[in-house]
Amino acid sequence: MHEMSICEGIIQVLQDQAVSQHYRRVNTVCIEVGALAMVEVDALRFCFEAVARDSLAQGARLDIIELSGQAWCQQCAKTVAITQRYDACAECGYLPLQITQGDELRIKELEVE
Amino acid sequence: MCTVCGCGEAEVSIEGHHDEHSHSHQHKEPYPNATRDTGDSTAQPLDNCFNSGLNDAVEVGDGDNLHFGQGPAHAHAPGLSQTRMVQIEQDILGKNDRYALKNRQQFDALSLFALNLVSSPGSGKTSLLTTTIEQYKRCPIAVIEGDQQTTHDAERIRATGIQAVQVNTGKGCHLDAHMVGHAMARLNDLSGGVLFIENVGNLVCPAAFDLGEAHKVAILSVTEGEDKPLKYPDMFYAADLMLLNKVDLLPYLDFDVAQCITAAKRVNPKIQVIQISARSGEGMPEWLNWIEQHRVARIQQRIAQLSEQTSRLQAML
Repeated sequence: MHEMSICEGIIQVLQDQAVSQHYRRVNTVCIEVGALAMVEVDALRFCFEAVARDSLAQGARLDIIELSGQAWCQQCAKTVAITQRYDACAECGYLPLQITQGDELRIKELEVE
Repeated sequence: MCTVCGCGEAEVSIEGHHDEHSHSHQHKEPYPNATRDTGDSTAQPLDNCFNSGLNDAVEVGDGDNLHFGQGPAHAHAPGLSQTRMVQIEQDILGKNDRYALKNRQQFDALSLFALNLVSSPGSGKTSLLTTTIEQYKRCPIAVIEGDQQTTHDAERIRATGIQAVQVNTGKGCHLDAHMVGHAMARLNDLSGGVLFIENVGNLVCPAAFDLGEAHKVAILSVTEGEDKPLKYPDMFYAADLMLLNKVDLLPYLDFDVAQCITAAKRVNPKIQVIQISARSGEGMPEWLNWIEQHRVARIQQRIAQLSEQTSRLQAML
């Protein structure tokens, strides 16, 4: 559902950047998506193709870098892997953890012409 | 670093080739246009790049030597010129966040306390809201109603004598900050008051969209199951207050209140919980008190800001 809005957001960024970065066409969009970013990667791909139609990114490839969830455990004093926002430390069971990676939802780079 | 594959060894290569890598690996799907199926932009020979005026950033020359991969993009795939890799590093929801900031500044200027009410469909948001409005008439109040279709909810709010703006999102599953900004423009002066933004009934998407509100308030009804906070953690993580609604129905259900609160606190240890029923009135004083305290705190905060500003200006005299 909101993957559609996210794709519209991507196209909007591409259009805004086209003016300042002087390009007419986008061939590849490389984005980072964190595991905790509430985004379904398959849905994102599906929506992107639909939203990009008739835009400067029509037919563009979407490269998705999936970032795993990571959090800081105060008790172990180190970064641990998490798969859910509310996960406890897998090593010591400590809660709450401070999320350090996995919230990302950003455009990293573009291949343009 | 090589931005094509992420390896750290590709500082210099000649004529855009990848041959200079001392380690063996292959890009599964190289960026060059040659892999694209549109056919309109197959890998350009380097000569074409030079003729197309793109060469200015492609080459770093010393004498007769041309170095590719030393420009800002460090790119060195065949046919890929420097100017054609654009580093963006931009949040996809950045535009919404900018609108949200604008809304927040507007709310601050008016000392307006804005709440974003989020829940699944049928949790009793609108009934709770009409009861709240009827009992809380101490300041200007308005409601922005978000639904995919119909103006039913706004009409229910207007029946209480309060101004309501209905935003129909069409196929959209959430309100965004831009829509709220437009709706705000239609509201009367709300200085020092409360703005309730009733989001589209959906426990998923509205979590990701900041509207500029002071707090998100998640409404969960006891007919929905106590594990909802674990099933939809993002929403309960984003909310500062959970209203556990329809508690008058508890005697007829197997709903475990303690378990539900534990689930919510697990997702968000800071979340406050009020058990409430719009029908029986249970928990209403606590909820109204919560609104009043936060509304007053907001005005006091504004007074403190303005006094500081005034003293600073007086010191300049």
